[in-house]
Amino acid sequence: MNLSMKIMAGSVRHAILLATGTLVLLPFLWMVSLSLKPPAELFSSSFKLLPEHWFAVENYTKALTAAPLPRFMLNGVIVCAAILLLQIIVCAPAAYALAKIRFAGREVIFGIVLIGLLIPHQVLALPLFILCYWLGILNTYAALIVPFVVSPFGIFLLRQFFMSIPDDIIHAARLDGLSELSIVWRIMLPMSLPAVIAFSIVSVVGHWNDLFWPLLVVHSQGFMPPSLGIVTFANAEAGNDYGPLMAGATLVVAPLVICFFAAQRWFIEGLTAGSVK
Amino acid sequence: MTSEQPAIVDRQLRIETGHAETLAGYALIAPALVLIVVLFILPAGAVLAIAATDWHLGAKTLSFIGAANFASLLADPAFRAALFNTAAYVLMVVPSTLVLGLFLALLIESGKTLRAFYRAIHFLPFMTSLAAMAIVWEALLHPTIGLVNQLFAAVGLPTANWLRGESTVLPILAVIGTWQSLGLALVLFLAGLKAIPQDLYDAADIDGADGVLDRLRVVTLPSLAPVSLFVLIVVTLRAFATFDTVQILTRGGPDNASVMLLYALYRESFEYLRTGYGAAIAVIFLIIVITLAALQTRVVNSRPSHP
Repeated sequence: MNLSMKIMAGSVRHAILLATGTLVLLPFLWMVSLSLKPPAELFSSSFKLLPEHWFAVENYTKALTAAPLPRFMLNGVIVCAAILLLQIIVCAPAAYALAKIRFAGREVIFGIVLIGLLIPHQVLALPLFILCYWLGILNTYAALIVPFVVSPFGIFLLRQFFMSIPDDIIHAARLDGLSELSIVWRIMLPMSLPAVIAFSIVSVVGHWNDLFWPLLVVHSQGFMPPSLGIVTFANAEAGNDYGPLMAGATLVVAPLVICFFAAQRWFIEGLTAGSVK
Repeated sequence: MTSEQPAIVDRQLRIETGHAETLAGYALIAPALVLIVVLFILPAGAVLAIAATDWHLGAKTLSFIGAANFASLLADPAFRAALFNTAAYVLMVVPSTLVLGLFLALLIESGKTLRAFYRAIHFLPFMTSLAAMAIVWEALLHPTIGLVNQLFAAVGLPTANWLRGESTVLPILAVIGTWQSLGLALVLFLAGLKAIPQDLYDAADIDGADGVLDRLRVVTLPSLAPVSLFVLIVVTLRAFATFDTVQILTRGGPDNASVMLLYALYRESFEYLRTGYGAAIAVIFLIIVITLAALQTRVVNSRPSHP
């Protein structure tokens, strides 16, 4: 290939990728655009991204006050943080036992973990709903958290990573008098930070975005996580008052998008691992 | 001498701690094991059991009716619509996601500049709340003030009430599904491309296959075959589990034209409260997922390297 052909091939590459990239981003651009516009400009058939009269303050104020949007976001933080914390507390010791300790029945237990990994959560929704009813926790934070306190994927991922840590380090720690549990917290987890981060991203993104389970177990706005909250807001808003609604959607999507661009590689690798299991 | 010492210490340590280690193993795994049994294994068993009853949620009595739920499911027009729509949706989403994902991966990998940027923007929909973005899609597809119809009208394409038309609703949901899964396929293909050894291209060069299309045909595409099969299964699994867009945008309508498996499961179990019937749908969904996962395991095991 000579130079001019190379330049042309490069330009074609950028042209196509910019076009497809714009198409993919269009819903995001339009969401932000509508969140800045006054109602009058929603109906005018102009394709301008920026409004003629800025209405951002009004739209975002309404999104934050007409619906309990800050509450939804806070619920999201509480639920995601509680789930992640409990998952790590439950899964890390289990992953360590499966990776580094020999005991009878280990393979059987790992098989049970794999079965758990295989079952889609929606299949379990009905019995888990009944369980939450029995426990008397329907329509509470507990209903949003309890079914997820153990993650077979978390055990699986951490076990893979723990297995690559040399046994010598564990033996040295035991000689130093560390208990098995301290070995998990003070050696295995800090040495497996990439796996912990990947798992945290999968867990937080999954539960921040989840609609199916919250839809079943929570009906008070006070407990709704962001995805269910914004859907409830959309249903409650009669007509086409898109400005505040799009402002709300922007606020729900923004935290994770910001984190994504700050730690792009971590997100892509983590979420890819999470989706292919 | 010094090199033997750790081994001796190690052996003594193992003998002394052997029993304690076993106990520690059980203690460390017990909480997770109990929770997996209570939150996964027993509920899965319960779904199988409930699927064989005529139970309505909240009812005090139920009776065992064997496979009757499955028989009536297969005779139920709404469930047949759900099966048919899900299959049609999967057949639209999966090929378009794979073809677009592969095309974009090849294009991104063909140059050196802005690779991470292009990967990131195409990946973005995969990680954002589909519930929030479905609301944005509803605005985009609004029959009168939506951007899609305005753009289509401006360039002379036919406009429609996309989400309310029986023939347009499923293709539109498939467009949204493709938009969401594209980034995953792209990233998996990019990893697959990186794993192709340079030797293969060098060998093809020597054999005279040095044009872009020759290299693609002789080396790249054959090398990507296992990854493609893998992406196919992963994307298919996701497409089968579509729920949010149906719940938010169409509620299965118009006239069951967009009802899909998980939405049918939700509607029967939690809106119509026909719990036994809903559980039977869950069992069918589980069978589909396990079949695909079994295929996936075989593909992973037959593949030389993980993407």
